Amino acid sequence: MNLEGIKIKVHDMSLRDGMHPKRHQITVEQMRTIAKGLDAAGVPLIEVTHGDGLGGASVNYGFPAASDEEYLRAVIPEMKHAKISALLLPGIGTVDHLHMAADCGVTTIRVATHCTEADVSEQHISEARKMGLDTVGFLMMAHMIPPEKILEQALLMESYGANCLYVTDSAGYMLPHDVSARIGLLRDKLKPETEIGFHGHHNLSMGVANSIAAVEAGARRIDGACGGLGAGAGNTPTEVFVAVCNRMGIETGVDVFKASDVAEDLIQPILDFPIRIDRNSLTLGYAGVYSSFLLFAQRAEKRYGISAREILLELGRRKMVGGQEDMIEDAALTMAKERKLQNA
Amino acid sequence: MKKIKCAIIGPGNIGTDLLYKLRRSKLLEPVWMVGVDPTSEGLARAREFGLKTTDQGVDGLVPHVVADGVQIAFDATSAYVHAENSRKLNALGVMMIDLTPAAIGPYCVPPINLKAHAGKREMNVNMVTCGGQATIPMVYAVSRVQKVKYAEIVATVSSKSVGPGTRKNIDEFTRTTAGAVAKIGGADEGKAIIVINPAEPPLIMRDTIHCLTADAPKQAEIEKSVHEMIAEVQKYVPGYRLKNGPVFEGNRVTTYLEVEGLGDFLPKYAGNLDIMTASATRTAEMFAEELLAGRLNLEPVAA
Repeated sequence: MNLEGIKIKVHDMSLRDGMHPKRHQITVEQMRTIAKGLDAAGVPLIEVTHGDGLGGASVNYGFPAASDEEYLRAVIPEMKHAKISALLLPGIGTVDHLHMAADCGVTTIRVATHCTEADVSEQHISEARKMGLDTVGFLMMAHMIPPEKILEQALLMESYGANCLYVTDSAGYMLPHDVSARIGLLRDKLKPETEIGFHGHHNLSMGVANSIAAVEAGARRIDGACGGLGAGAGNTPTEVFVAVCNRMGIETGVDVFKASDVAEDLIQPILDFPIRIDRNSLTLGYAGVYSSFLLFAQRAEKRYGISAREILLELGRRKMVGGQEDMIEDAALTMAKERKLQNA
Repeated sequence: MKKIKCAIIGPGNIGTDLLYKLRRSKLLEPVWMVGVDPTSEGLARAREFGLKTTDQGVDGLVPHVVADGVQIAFDATSAYVHAENSRKLNALGVMMIDLTPAAIGPYCVPPINLKAHAGKREMNVNMVTCGGQATIPMVYAVSRVQKVKYAEIVATVSSKSVGPGTRKNIDEFTRTTAGAVAKIGGADEGKAIIVINPAEPPLIMRDTIHCLTADAPKQAEIEKSVHEMIAEVQKYVPGYRLKNGPVFEGNRVTTYLEVEGLGDFLPKYAGNLDIMTASATRTAEMFAEELLAGRLNLEPVAA
C-alpha cells in the first residue's frame, strides 16, 4: 500500500509509560530535559504523568518521585511547539485530577478503560470534552476481544464526546493482522471526523510493524516511546518508527536524528536496566499479560521464590486486567503456599 | 416473637436480594416494596412473597406507614432521590438505612461503629460502598493496634456485578470509599481504587488492603486483630475470607481478601453486592433489637 504523503501525529510515551520501568522515579529535572529534547526533535504531543495515569501515586502501583502536578507544571511552560497530554484511568483517577491537569495546561486528556468497560468513562470523557480538551478514549488490552466488540465500546466513548479512539495493545500481544482488523473496522464505522490511534508494546518485537499496519488501516495517531522507554519491552521506539515512516513517505514532522539523540543521550543514561525483550517481557507478549506487571512479577520472584514467568502466566490464565497489580503478590503467595515454600 | 416492620425502596437487584435476607431475619419483617415501574419484576416478586407494593415511589408508601407500622426503610435507589425519600419517611418517624452513595447520614460499617450509631438514635445511616464495607474493617483491624498514616484499598469486582449507576458515576465510589477508609477505618489518609474485570466465569470479589503504619508494624498483634475482625464480619457475610497475608514489608501491611456472596438473589460471585445487603440487614437488626427491647423509640423528625 502506498502511504506516501500521509500525515500522522506521533505521541510520545517515554515520560508516562516510561515511568513503569523507572518505578515512577524519573525526576522533575529529567522530565523537563527529555521533554525539551523531544520538543526540539519535533514531537508534537508528549504524555506526562505517573505510569498509571493521574492519581496513580499509590502503594499498589508505586509512589512517584514527584506529583503529577509537579511534573506537569515543570514541563508545560518549557514547550515551544509540543503539547502535553495526561492519562486518566477511571477507578484510579477522578474528574478532580482532570481539572488539575487542565489547569496545569494539558491540551489532551486520554481516558483509559479496559476494552470491555468503556461505560465507566462517561463522566470523564464528557467533562474533558466540555472543557474543550482534545479528548481521547483509550481501550486497553484490546487483544482480548474481537474487532466487533471493540467497535461497540469505541462507539460508546465516541458518543460521550471522544474525538479520538485508541486501540491499545497493552500486552504487546497483537500481530499486524489483529491491528488491521480492529483499526480498519473503527475507521469504517466511527464518524469520519473521529481520529483513530494505536498504542503498541514491543514485547514480540512488533511495535513498528503493528504501527505501520495501523496507519495503513486508517490510524492517524501513533504512540511511540523515545528510546523505547515504556512498560514491558517498551513501547514502539519513536525514533525507529519515525525512520521507517520517512522511508515510506509517511509524514511525522519528527527529526530522526534528533529523536535518536534524545534516546541515546538523555534516555539511555537514566535506565535502571536495559529495556529489551528478555524472557519475562517476551512472556507478556506471548501470553497476553498487561505490560506494567513486569517489575512487580520480578520483585515477587525475589521475595517468594516463584519465577516471574510462572507468575505472569498464572495472571494471564486468571485473565487479570490492567490495574490488578495487587494480584501479583497475591498470586505469588498462593503459588508459594501450594509448593510449601518457606516465604509464603 | 414480635418483629420490626420494614419497607424496601427500589425493587432492583439490591432491593430484591435484601428482601431475601429480611425474610430470614428473626427481628425484621419486610412488609412493603416500593418501585416506580408497574411492570417491574422486582415488585411482582415481592407481591408473590406477600408484600404490599406500590409503583408510585415513596409517595405511594407514605399514606400507609403509620397504619402498617413501618419503622425501618431501606433505600436501594440512587443518590439523586435519596434525600427526598429520607426526608419524607423520617418525618413519619421511620429510620432510614441508605444503600445509595448519597451519604446524608453517618457512615455505618457494622463491626466498627454500628453500636455507637444505635446508641445515638441516628435516623439515617449510610452503608458507604461495597468496597468500603469489604475493606474498612481490615483498615480498622490495623489502626486499632497502632497508628496508620495511610490506607489504600483495591476492590476488584466482576463486570457483571457492576450496575449502570456505579458505572455512570464511578468517581463517587472512589471518593466516598477513600473518605470512609480514612474516617471510619482510622487512617490519616485514605485512597480507593476500583478495578472491573470481565473474565468469564465471573470472578468473586477480591479486595486488597494496604496500610502504612507510622512505626514498625506490631506483627503478632496485627495478625490477631485481623483474624478477629474477619470472624466478626463472617457473622453476617460467611463468605468473607482471608486469601493471603497479612504481609509485612517495612511499614506496609497488606491483607488479601475474597468476598463470596450468599447467593440469595444475586449470584455468589457478586460478594460486593451481598456485603452491602448483608451489612444493611445487620444494621437494621441492631436497631430492631434496641426497638424491641424498648431502649430506642423512633420519633418523627421535623422536615
